[in-house]
Amino acid sequence: MQFQRRHRKLGTNPQSELYVQPLQFYGEPPLENISLAEFETFAVERLKLLKTVENLGVSYVKHGSQYKLKMDNELRLLHFPYRPDTEKLSLCYPDFWKRRKDHISHFILRLAYCQTEDLRRWFIQQEVDLFRYRFTDLPPQQKLEFLHKNNLKYNTLSDKEKNELSDKLLMSSYSVSGVTVEKLEFYKVPFQDALDLVRSRKVYLKAGFAFVPQQDIVTIVLNDFRTRLSKALALTARSLPAVHSDERLHPLLNHLSHAYLGQDYSIQKNVGKISLEQIDSVRKSFPLCMRQLHQALRENHHLRHGGRMQYGLFLKGIGISLEQALQFWRSEFIRGKVDADKFDKAYAYGIRHMYGKEGKRADYTPYSCMKVILSNPPSQGDHHGCPFRHSDPELLKQKLQFYKVSPSSITQILELVKGMHFQLACQKYFEVTHNVEDSSFSLSHPNQYFIESQKVLGGGKDPKREVDVPQKVQETPQHLAETSEDLEALFKDG
Amino acid sequence: MSYSDYDPACLPDLLPLYYRRLFPFSQYYRWLNYGGVQKNYFQNREFSFTLKDDIYVRYQSFSTQNELEKEMQKMNPYKIDIGAVYSHRPNQHNTVKSGSFQALEKELVFDIDMTDYDDVRTCCSAADICSKCWTLMTIAIHILDRALREDFGFQHLLWVYSGRRGVHCWVCDEAARKLSAAGRSAVAEYLSLVKGGEETVKKVVLTDPIHPFISASLEVVEKYFLEYAVQEQDILGRKECVDKVLALVPEDILFFLKSQGTVKKGQHFEKEIMLQYCYPRLDVNVSKGVNHLLKSPFSVHPKTGDYALNEQKGELLRKSGKFSFFKLKHFFFFFFSFC
Repeated sequence: MQFQRRHRKLGTNPQSELYVQPLQFYGEPPLENISLAEFETFAVERLKLLKTVENLGVSYVKHGSQYKLKMDNELRLLHFPYRPDTEKLSLCYPDFWKRRKDHISHFILRLAYCQTEDLRRWFIQQEVDLFRYRFTDLPPQQKLEFLHKNNLKYNTLSDKEKNELSDKLLMSSYSVSGVTVEKLEFYKVPFQDALDLVRSRKVYLKAGFAFVPQQDIVTIVLNDFRTRLSKALALTARSLPAVHSDERLHPLLNHLSHAYLGQDYSIQKNVGKISLEQIDSVRKSFPLCMRQLHQALRENHHLRHGGRMQYGLFLKGIGISLEQALQFWRSEFIRGKVDADKFDKAYAYGIRHMYGKEGKRADYTPYSCMKVILSNPPSQGDHHGCPFRHSDPELLKQKLQFYKVSPSSITQILELVKGMHFQLACQKYFEVTHNVEDSSFSLSHPNQYFIESQKVLGGGKDPKREVDVPQKVQETPQHLAETSEDLEALFKDG
Repeated sequence: MSYSDYDPACLPDLLPLYYRRLFPFSQYYRWLNYGGVQKNYFQNREFSFTLKDDIYVRYQSFSTQNELEKEMQKMNPYKIDIGAVYSHRPNQHNTVKSGSFQALEKELVFDIDMTDYDDVRTCCSAADICSKCWTLMTIAIHILDRALREDFGFQHLLWVYSGRRGVHCWVCDEAARKLSAAGRSAVAEYLSLVKGGEETVKKVVLTDPIHPFISASLEVVEKYFLEYAVQEQDILGRKECVDKVLALVPEDILFFLKSQGTVKKGQHFEKEIMLQYCYPRLDVNVSKGVNHLLKSPFSVHPKTGDYALNEQKGELLRKSGKFSFFKLKHFFFFFFSFC
């Protein structure tokens, strides 16, 4: 084995082979000893990185120039590996160290994020996005090396098969041209291994196989990465009790897993703050998505499941109690086609479920912007979702006009929507409707919109933003209060 | 289609007869047992019953066909749902260590509901259906059946009338039953073309290149479009309907058409209009979850008295989408087989 000068010190590390490539599947856990301080720093920095990945993912088009710029910046600042060629130029922080940090920090966060379905989903999503970013950047030769090293062996189509299917292949993907069919490889992948391509219909399917062009192999790799990580997290969860018994680690891991949520607005102390009668008067503080739902409810005296969840949880977040919620929904539905009896049988259960009084008694948190934008798109008959994301631009324009937004502001908002900056568009809408030059917050949650709006309309009563500590963290011992504050501070601005 | 000769009030009298004389227990068991290849496959299957007075019981499970029969004849459920095959017997799920009780497998299912087409049909709305709008189901079945077989390679499909206003498809292949939630949602999205809620006027947007799946689906739609949309639904008959159609045509095309009567290449608005009116509208949420419960074939619909029965694919195609509804009272037995 060859050792370069700067690696000599670490030549004894049996895993240095792993760090030869800039990217890895995290198949093997790190075996060395590290200090508690390093453990903590690595974990916190990777979490920062993943938080950035999350935010950039909604604010910018993925892999657009802005996205790349900011990602590179963040990777560089936090000393994580990013571009293989420019890395060699950095003298003070050798690749080896960065890759080692990458390796170790990933496994530490696995410990923190394996415990619940929600945590796992979040962690996997960000790791996949990060991996996608770094893999796409690899030069073709390194991509091929990576594939072979990680056992992704699929059959390729013969020339004869390619000829027979050439017009179907051509029509199945924008990236496939006559030249590509002739010159490049097509992999025959079982459709279960190419779900991203199947979902967006970017690949030709026949008899259960997806015919993936060479350049799209990244999605297959991602799928594999996602599956492996998912399985690994399930395994990790099982060995968690042993880890938790270590008192040095337990508190830190707890903080890490709660920090990602930031503010979740499921605060108990808000209960009763807003009463039913006040709903119509505080409606000005509703973000557009909730105004839309409220209006649809008043007009049709009904909302479908998606709408009930999104609006119902939002109302819970602003302080409507369970009894009031039941009263509110019932009074509205009764005016429609539902009689009181049917309401009690069919809909009341759902509302109590929302407040954690039924079933598995989970106290559901109001949906963040991310959730509203990305999951459960509305279909026929639905009014939920994010108007900036899900409404036709024409209809959105009309709606904005109805709320007396000036034409120049409407144009600005529509531009932001076109660029897929939905939360920024909503923020602009906030600024225009509240007559403020610059909203001092970074919008990530409808309830946040409500609180900020109430502040402005109420004459700015709250001098600083409330830091709402999720209940579990309140159990932490005193000496770690500082760490928790630091972590909270990290994620305040989202 | 009038249902005036069916009275929901007689259900309590008719159900026991139905469960004693008509319900095909042995074929039902044979289906869900899947040849007994996997151990405890039938025993770990969840059923749920809706009983009189809307009492709903989940996590029902049975050891043998006989036990199933006895229980159903005793409880006379108004509605039966089939759920997933779990890691343990569902009726013992409370004794299992928390977190270990998991839904493992289930058929891949699709639900097409006529109410989702309300914005594009003029003959009926909500839960009503008639022979004019039933063509939509015919189109849906043709398109989905082809795609599931030819694109995804599935072979064992069971198409069922849901009992009131739509159809369900049960894909029973082993690969389908073992499919993950992500896999199910990917398949459902591949099959979805009509997107958008109340706030979206134009629900189908096509861009080049047109995927072979879309082309194949269009072939089916084109076959039925004239008969369905123009004749049966009369979408050009009244001004308001015409306006709805025109709302889907891009502005520059409208202008062009008005002035010259020809159309430039590369626009797909005619295809988009046809698809918006006719392409199947799936409820993706039904297909996504491994543990999602769906109304069982041969379950009676309490409001119509019709039971969710199998549509022998050949029969349906030959009758060109005309479908006759059987009333419980007449004790018709509908011959069925797996496709």
